[in-house]
Amino acid sequence: MSESSSNASFAAATRLVAEREMSTFLRSKGFWVGFGVTVLALFAIAVLPSLLAGGPPKVAVVGSVSLSGADLDVRQVNDLAAAEQLVRSDEVEAAIVAEGTGVRVIGLTNPPSDVMSALATEPPVSLLEPADVSPGVRQLVITVFAFVFLMFGMGGAAIAQSTVTEKQTRIVEILVSTIPVRALLAGKIAGHAVLTIGQVLVLALAAPIALRIGGHADLLGVVLPALGWFVPFLVLGFVLLAAVWAVAGSLVSRQEDLGSSMTLVMMLVMGPYFGVMFFFDQPVVMTVLSYVPFSAAVAMPVRIFAGEAQVWEGLLSLGLLAGSVVVIVLLASRLYSGSLLQTGGKVALRKAWQHAES
Amino acid sequence: MLTVTSISRTFGEKWVLDDVSFDVRPGRMTGFLGANGAGKTTMMRIILGVLAAHRGTVTWQGVPVTASTRPSFGYMPEERGLYPKMKVAEQITWLGRLHGMDRATAQRNTDLLLSELDLTERAGDKLEALSLGNQQRVQIAAALVHEPEVLVLDEPFSGLDPIAVDTVLDVLRKRAANGVPVLFSSHQLAVVEQLCDDVVIISGGAITASGTRDELRAQYATPRFELVVESDAGWVRDVPGIEVVELDGPRVVFDLTSASDQQVLRAALDRGAVRSFTPVVPTLGEIFKEAA
Repeated sequence: MSESSSNASFAAATRLVAEREMSTFLRSKGFWVGFGVTVLALFAIAVLPSLLAGGPPKVAVVGSVSLSGADLDVRQVNDLAAAEQLVRSDEVEAAIVAEGTGVRVIGLTNPPSDVMSALATEPPVSLLEPADVSPGVRQLVITVFAFVFLMFGMGGAAIAQSTVTEKQTRIVEILVSTIPVRALLAGKIAGHAVLTIGQVLVLALAAPIALRIGGHADLLGVVLPALGWFVPFLVLGFVLLAAVWAVAGSLVSRQEDLGSSMTLVMMLVMGPYFGVMFFFDQPVVMTVLSYVPFSAAVAMPVRIFAGEAQVWEGLLSLGLLAGSVVVIVLLASRLYSGSLLQTGGKVALRKAWQHAES
Repeated sequence: MLTVTSISRTFGEKWVLDDVSFDVRPGRMTGFLGANGAGKTTMMRIILGVLAAHRGTVTWQGVPVTASTRPSFGYMPEERGLYPKMKVAEQITWLGRLHGMDRATAQRNTDLLLSELDLTERAGDKLEALSLGNQQRVQIAAALVHEPEVLVLDEPFSGLDPIAVDTVLDVLRKRAANGVPVLFSSHQLAVVEQLCDDVVIISGGAITASGTRDELRAQYATPRFELVVESDAGWVRDVPGIEVVELDGPRVVFDLTSASDQQVLRAALDRGAVRSFTPVVPTLGEIFKEAA
């Protein structure tokens, strides 16, 4: 067979494998439920806080008290006893009573901080270099980025599952006698990558809508460029993990044994997630994380969002990530070929490596 | 013709196949006979490239078999397996396309095969919903969908009820009649005896006998006869030049050592009526035991 026609059949085999993986996935209820919950969660995060906040705090006021400018929902009552009754029955958050020249605030169990801050007079503040986003919003966006990375990283476990299914049912013998092992691996990674890209794009399109509904339209200007970085990083990060997931699946012969070989891959997903969640305000750690291939997928977009990384840093890290994708996929394809036809117990990595040569 | 030449393979220190050579001729059903662990499955995996040989070659039409020729082979592995959660027809069609067919042809072949195998009604069911016997028929369909030029089937009849054996046999014979060489393994002698044209017997990783079924029988046939006479046949013991194997009233089985069959027959007729006089052809089972 000539070079070009064998390349054509490699591509055709890869496409067929990818197609099968995707259609199997798109037909499973679990996929749609999981994805639906994620989209809903995204909207919930954006919309719920403003719904739950529910206007200014309610207070009961005894006598004439000057509350000029304070953002409070005032209910005038006749005496202290009536005010205390309202506080006890939780109908108001606090009572405000005139005392001397000022006021006394009566709360139930804890000092009502939002009422107190509404009453306080803050000194005027001017910032020399105002931050783009408030710390709360920053943390929220980082949490969402890290969560999406975690979700898709773990989603790669489906590749390990499908590889084990093929080994366990022995259909792998038919597949291997028909198409190149590398086409099988490439098809699996491609199929699941397309699914992931599709989901990421839906989320990336839904995010601005959710922000607008939640009344955070002002955030769009900062979130959108970060999304532009997040998408390519997430896709490359997924391919990297997908290759490792496939190897994890090829090392065992039965679903029951999958847990043991998946542990390491789960650490590669959880590590970056917790790293970013715990250290997002420690620039040195984040800088390191943003260049290490597996954690770069989430750490670099977060740094860019927080305004801590220059564009060239993003491009450099993306290049490193792309390079490591090539290296890891090549390594994985050798291990995958070497272990796919080994049955029995768990295949040692060294054995899988040597086996690919014969 | 599919030709296996001097194939050897070790697992660790152990030689599983030692200098194995045989042919699978087009248009014929070749039975690959051997006890469990004799090396049948290993040999078939090597033909399909699932396993590498340490020495020797496999050729098809005189050309060494490679990854680019194997898609035209049909293979049924020993341990059955297809995707449990995929629908029957969809799965067969997908495998056809994986072997390089276009979608329309693969679909047409799937429909034809499913009706040939009495599975049309189950076309839309998930594989795991079928009985084991039906799953096995689907496995046959999976091996045939791409109109293979060569068929290699590992224990295709094990686990099938007698009706299913007939259905599957019809389907395979039709392929053989179209000139496809069919190699199938079995450890059940009776099955091979009944179904094959040619036989290859393997024992302990080495070929101990091969040829057409009838050739083998003739080759392994000792000059053995069965004689049934009217009264007691005890006198046969005294005929010179023969060795009695079995004597039971009027029936006697004997091997010729130096006498001729006609001499014995004439002696029998001299003593009275002869009810039957037949050469005894060995069964494959006997050949198998002897060859092993």
